[in-house]
Amino acid sequence: MAKPTKIREDSPALAVQTPPEAPPAVNKLAPAAEWVDQRSGIGKVIKGALRKIFPDHWSFLLGEIALYSFIILLLTGVFLTLWFKPSMGEVEYSGSYELMRNIPMSEAFASTLNISFDVRGGLLMRQIHHWAAMLFVAAMTIHMLRVFFTGAFRKPRELNWIIGVGLLSIGLIEGFAGYSLPDDLLSGTGLRFVDGSIRSIPIIGTWVEFFVFGGEFPGELIIPRLYMVHILLVPGLLLGLISAHMALLVYHKHTQWPGPGRTQKNVVGYPLFPVYAAKAGGFFFIVFGVTTLMGALMQINPVWLYGPYNPSQVTAGSQPDWYMGFVEGAIRIMPNWEWHLGSTTWSWNIFIPFVGLMGLLFTGLALYPFIEAWVTGDKSEHHLLDRPRNAPNRTAFGVACMTCYGMFWAAGGNDIIATQFHVSLNDVTYFMRVAVFVAPVIAFIVTKRICLSLQRRDAETVLHGSPTGVIVRSPDGGYTEAHTPVSQGEAYTLTRHPQWTPVESGGRVRQRLSRWFAHGQIAKPTAEDIEAASHHAHPISPVDAAADETASIGSGKDAE
Amino acid sequence: MSELDVRDAATPPEPAATPVPDPGLEEHVERYTDVDDRASRATYRQIVAMLGAVPVLVVAFVVVYFAVPISAEFALFGTTWKAQHVLLGGTVGLAILLIGMALIQWARLVMSDVEMSEERHPAQTGPEARAVLAADTKAGVEESGIKRRALIGSGVAGGLGLLVVPALLALGDLGPWPTDAVRAKTIEKTIWAEGIRLVNDVNYLPLKASELVVGQLVNAEPENLQALHGSEYQIAKAKAAIIVVRMDPNSIRIPDSRKDWQVDGILCYSKICTHVGCPISLWEQQSHHLLCPCHQSTFDLGNSGVVVFGPAARSLPQLPITTDADGYLVARSDFTVPVGPSFFERDSSKDFKDGDN
Ligand code: HEM
Ligand code: FES
Repeated sequence: MAKPTKIREDSPALAVQTPPEAPPAVNKLAPAAEWVDQRSGIGKVIKGALRKIFPDHWSFLLGEIALYSFIILLLTGVFLTLWFKPSMGEVEYSGSYELMRNIPMSEAFASTLNISFDVRGGLLMRQIHHWAAMLFVAAMTIHMLRVFFTGAFRKPRELNWIIGVGLLSIGLIEGFAGYSLPDDLLSGTGLRFVDGSIRSIPIIGTWVEFFVFGGEFPGELIIPRLYMVHILLVPGLLLGLISAHMALLVYHKHTQWPGPGRTQKNVVGYPLFPVYAAKAGGFFFIVFGVTTLMGALMQINPVWLYGPYNPSQVTAGSQPDWYMGFVEGAIRIMPNWEWHLGSTTWSWNIFIPFVGLMGLLFTGLALYPFIEAWVTGDKSEHHLLDRPRNAPNRTAFGVACMTCYGMFWAAGGNDIIATQFHVSLNDVTYFMRVAVFVAPVIAFIVTKRICLSLQRRDAETVLHGSPTGVIVRSPDGGYTEAHTPVSQGEAYTLTRHPQWTPVESGGRVRQRLSRWFAHGQIAKPTAEDIEAASHHAHPISPVDAAADETASIGSGKDAE
Repeated sequence: MSELDVRDAATPPEPAATPVPDPGLEEHVERYTDVDDRASRATYRQIVAMLGAVPVLVVAFVVVYFAVPISAEFALFGTTWKAQHVLLGGTVGLAILLIGMALIQWARLVMSDVEMSEERHPAQTGPEARAVLAADTKAGVEESGIKRRALIGSGVAGGLGLLVVPALLALGDLGPWPTDAVRAKTIEKTIWAEGIRLVNDVNYLPLKASELVVGQLVNAEPENLQALHGSEYQIAKAKAAIIVVRMDPNSIRIPDSRKDWQVDGILCYSKICTHVGCPISLWEQQSHHLLCPCHQSTFDLGNSGVVVFGPAARSLPQLPITTDADGYLVARSDFTVPVGPSFFERDSSKDFKDGDN
């Protein structure tokens, strides 16, 4: 619900609230603004935008965190480029970190040590940069989940969803490229993994490998190439996509949660200038401040402890950054299927979890809005968000996918699980092979049940009011909990969602999917039900309550 | 009528009949700071105090930058901290955070919190504008003459499409082309060759057969690796790294074809995992199993390196070894199959399979 503030029941219903009172007309701009406007006519563009309305809800901040961490990455990244040397040429280290003196290493690694130990504030910038990178991907992921579970990807926002999927996927590439730059033992191991995985691509794998690495692994080109990718190509793409993402957002206007006075045709919230600008700007500084403090106090990627890359060494328990964990897990639990046909080798054991899984994830994400629209036959615009419970099949499907992802991710730590819980590594692996398929099914069933129970409770609340926590003893000795009727606003919020209706056109598959998607929802109370309930507004007797309970469980069963 | 019944609707559907009518926006509730002067002044003081701390922190940052040496350390909570790093980050981080918090408090408690409503319009262009657009497009297409001179259109499209070829071919020198001949000199070959000594990978000392005890594992490299530098060295090392183990000859299975690949139970295998190429390191003396730390593929060194567990699909390649006149271990040849992760053109029919002899 949009606003937590309690409102009085007798509050007047205002259709549209206008700003308190229009200030007396001013037609003079500040001199500087006047100067710019006379030369650019920028005022025409800014005119309405200054007081554009943005709705307020914590879940709308997730995308902002992603945006702000990207800005932080740009700022700290530019600082790092001033000293970083993207070269795999061999040098002997002569900086101030004693333990590495005179050790041969790549210039990339040596310059990373230089930034960490000899540039004042260098270590701080490196650590902020790395923390912000983690935050960037995490915020994008959670933001995407918010958009998914609230149905904000529906028309007219499908394009922005696809841009978002693009941002997430190239965000992973950007993070991986950055992680590889310092050329330390851990990042070199990550590159070795990518090399082995690229090779596994049937038919063209070896060619791709030779083209990417400029020959054999590791060669001397991969770091300079990744550097270009990391500081020019991908940031440029990210910047372009982010601009398009924001432009569409402004054009569509933000979605809002359903609530009194919040309709498909309006947007309720605070004006860009000054409230939203101050809140968003303030939030940027908070994100920046927090990542700076994290960079100051929490060590991340201490490359001097790992040492320079050495292809014959590996640190035990080496792990990629968190966002590559699901691929790592899939690679670990994949059965060792490999075909040897004639004089060729087909490495399904690597190709399926690496290219296959990532391809499936990002293609599935990109297509989802279109699949759902096809299934529901819904071609209308949506500006009010779904409460996740009111789209139980979508929500359950989303949780099932998250569970599957989570299982793959956990499998990426199968050795850690085995040692922490003192179970056999082999058993953990076998268990995970089953779990990635079974756990999502369980998650689906459980989530759908929870959604339906929540729907049922909403209906109860509308009909019988919300529980007060006050237990009443009736003259004949029964105990009941007193209920207080909900406000009209809340009742409206709880009953305005659409009921899914299956499509009747299209092929068999579509109709069947559509029926499945619409299936199981709890019918929301009708005006008559509410009327009837308000007439016998006596406290429910225990007998009634029990009867209600069985009835609803029964109907729940039917609905499944 | 529900929202979903409005199919093909261009305008946002309104749920026409909700069971409960929309009461409209809630009445604006005044904040405590709006009605209580003391609270309002306290908020003001709070915001000013936060902003007032910023210059102090900035001065502290400057002082730290010049006064605290970069190498200074202090111990706290059981770890050592780099003093300059922590203090620089702490001061500027706090300053940034305070600016953010002050802005948020200003927006939440001082600025007007009256919610406003703005109209929304369908995303699509309006009918008039669309009509103009359609007419303009039509006029433009007609004036271009493309309808009557259709070949020009196909010519332009085809020509532009063909430019993909030079664009892609320009990337042809990204790397050497892995033809049969190139592969045979690169990924299918290592610097091992007949007579090359096995040396310890830390101190480059040659390994004497008589000095290895049963159960011992040594990480080794070819002696000629030392001569290489830079990327040549890394490329060579990424393929040539080996492990040398001595096992009790009676407790392992040595196939007839590999009888003379070993010296009294001293066997030598590639250290590079056949999965995606991590260097394998975890040795279980009792079972003769070697575990890869990356994805836990496990190889049985007592059985010609076959895979006993995990995602790797091929045995670890074994290096045929013998001893030279001085009793040092030397290679008899290069590996007989390519080492490291699989690639498409790899002929994997010659790899050792469990049960081969
Ligand atoms: C767009 C502007 C960016 C620039 C100019 C930049 C620049 C750099 C440079 C020069 C390094 C190597 C320095 C070192 O670690 O010592 C680096 C490392 C790194 N970058 Fe970026 N970067 C940018 C954006 C990003 C983004 C968007 C991400 C994440 C998604 C990212 C993630 C990383 C990571 C994880 C490292 C490794 C850091 C470490 O090892 O401590 N960077 N970046
Ligand atoms: S690299 Fe050895 S198991 Fe994957």
